[in-house]
Amino acid sequence: MSTLLEVSGVSVSFDGFKAINNLSIQIGEAELRAVIGPNGAGKTTFMDIVTGKTRPDEGYVIWGESSVNLLTMSESQIALAGIGRKFQRPTVFEAQTVRENIVMSLKNPRRPFDLLFGRQADDTEYRVRVVSDEIGLTDALDQTSGALSHGQKQWLEIGMLLAQDPRLLLVDEPAAGMSPAEREHTTDLLVRAAKTRAVVVVEHDMDFVRRLNCKVTVLHQGSVLAEGSLDHVTKNKDVVDVYLGR
Amino acid sequence: MQSSFIARNPSVLWFLLALSAFTVLVSLLSEAGGSALISTSFLKTLGKTLCLCLVAIAMDVVWGYCGILSLGHFAFFGIGGYAIGMWLMYERTAEIVTTSLDSNILPPTPDEITDAIGSQIFGVVGSNDFPLIWAFSHSLTLQLLAVVLVPGLLALVFGWLAFRSRVTGVYLSILTQAMTLALSLHFFQNDTGLRGNNGLSGLQNIPGLEGVPQATVSLWFFWASAFALGAGYVLFSWVVSGKLGSVIRAIRDDETRVRFLGYHVESYKLFVFTLTAMVAGIAGALYYPQAGIINPAEIAPIASIYLAVWVAIGGRGRLYGAVIGAAVVSLMSSWFTGGSAPDINLGVYVIKWTDWWLVLLGLTFVAVTLFFPKGIGGLFDLLPRRKGDTK
Repeated sequence: MSTLLEVSGVSVSFDGFKAINNLSIQIGEAELRAVIGPNGAGKTTFMDIVTGKTRPDEGYVIWGESSVNLLTMSESQIALAGIGRKFQRPTVFEAQTVRENIVMSLKNPRRPFDLLFGRQADDTEYRVRVVSDEIGLTDALDQTSGALSHGQKQWLEIGMLLAQDPRLLLVDEPAAGMSPAEREHTTDLLVRAAKTRAVVVVEHDMDFVRRLNCKVTVLHQGSVLAEGSLDHVTKNKDVVDVYLGR
Repeated sequence: MQSSFIARNPSVLWFLLALSAFTVLVSLLSEAGGSALISTSFLKTLGKTLCLCLVAIAMDVVWGYCGILSLGHFAFFGIGGYAIGMWLMYERTAEIVTTSLDSNILPPTPDEITDAIGSQIFGVVGSNDFPLIWAFSHSLTLQLLAVVLVPGLLALVFGWLAFRSRVTGVYLSILTQAMTLALSLHFFQNDTGLRGNNGLSGLQNIPGLEGVPQATVSLWFFWASAFALGAGYVLFSWVVSGKLGSVIRAIRDDETRVRFLGYHVESYKLFVFTLTAMVAGIAGALYYPQAGIINPAEIAPIASIYLAVWVAIGGRGRLYGAVIGAAVVSLMSSWFTGGSAPDINLGVYVIKWTDWWLVLLGLTFVAVTLFFPKGIGGLFDLLPRRKGDTK
């Protein structure tokens, strides 16, 4: 399996606090990966660095076959390069309909004048339907997304990511605040998505991670503590110490 | 979902209909229309109001739709006024000077003419040389271009610097206030070459139209203002609907998220900021010939704040709201401050509206912000919905 994203030796500190400390992670193509760790382990900061929101003090983040350095690119350039991100709190555009949210995310030219003068592609409706069927919101397409339930908003946001057609999907705590049935649906969505692209899920709910049934990376104090299958890492003494607080 | 422009914007049709009806009605009732129900000075007030409505919808697009609370858009309005004012003043003075020099026994040399025009225009600031920025004042075409291009260029440079540094929210508002203040102070300087605090005057006299009575000229300007407002309304409806509008509103609600969707947020903000500045320039160029005079006090920071107040009271995020807000508040303002509002005698104290109007406006603004965030335009939401109206 070839490497899609390579994070190597990255460190970042906020006011002297080392949020990320010499972190190295590799993500392969079409891989599903769970990143777990206690609060403050640097999970979200890791995503911030990959998506260009936070600039690290040192280290490299290398992307794709042509080995582009992501650290020199802006957030929107990184997104266009094929990295999609779902935030912890569901962030959909609540004043707009589900359809508008999805259309905005579809992989299309993205400059102001493209949008103003460009004609809408003929297959737009079809592409919207593919996404809405996948996330189960086809009936709600013309609804204002602010009226959706919490779980539906999470799915819409995942749908917006799928519409972008990224090669790597970074998903931050997708199951937070969901009912058991919703969690199951979310697991299915992510597992299916990971068949054609890389998906990295940040989560601290162990049951949810177990259902994803994938390779797990445990972060602690900004660096990798253990890596492997869930059973493997839960037997690791360091991991047990960190999680059980000794 | 590919629906037609009108279907997506049902308000455009209604607005154009109302605007046309209003224009016809006012024309018939004006002095030039043969009736005296609307005096020429009131006709000018109405024409000016239409220009204020135009700059208000520009403000609504930049603030209500894109979420940039610019408190400097009146500066662009003023620049538009100055740009057209320079031509009006130069051309008119040139005509007068040429006529009066013609009575000389010796025909004047070109230098003498230029000097005479210069001393006529700049005599008040103790100079008779043409400053560099008046280089194109003889050409209507170039000054008309300046009406659009100078505000556009200023907005482009200012916006590029501000948005690139990710200045947002209240900090951006303060920056825009600083911009309009700096510009106003700059124009107050005699050295700037725009006649300092005297400003440009006599703009109601249109060169080449001396034979036409003011009543008729005013009606023409009223028509031009109505046309510009209608065109601006259509233009902005087009911009804020469809996919571009979707992205612009998304930027207002959560610009970080839009960035992670792969949109270059700064380009969008810059586009909106510059386009609205250009339209504001056009509005100003139509306003000041009807006002007759422009001076640097017009672009003082307070003017841009008023603009935001109009839009807030009218209801931001809907173009007709901005029109209603600008029209209602500016007309009421001229009624209350013009001395026609009857004073209220409380026995112990007499409420003089000329003094108390600002208090009333301030209280209205606070009340609208707290209790009716949708503004006057929000009343339209109470109308029964027809099928197919989603917005």
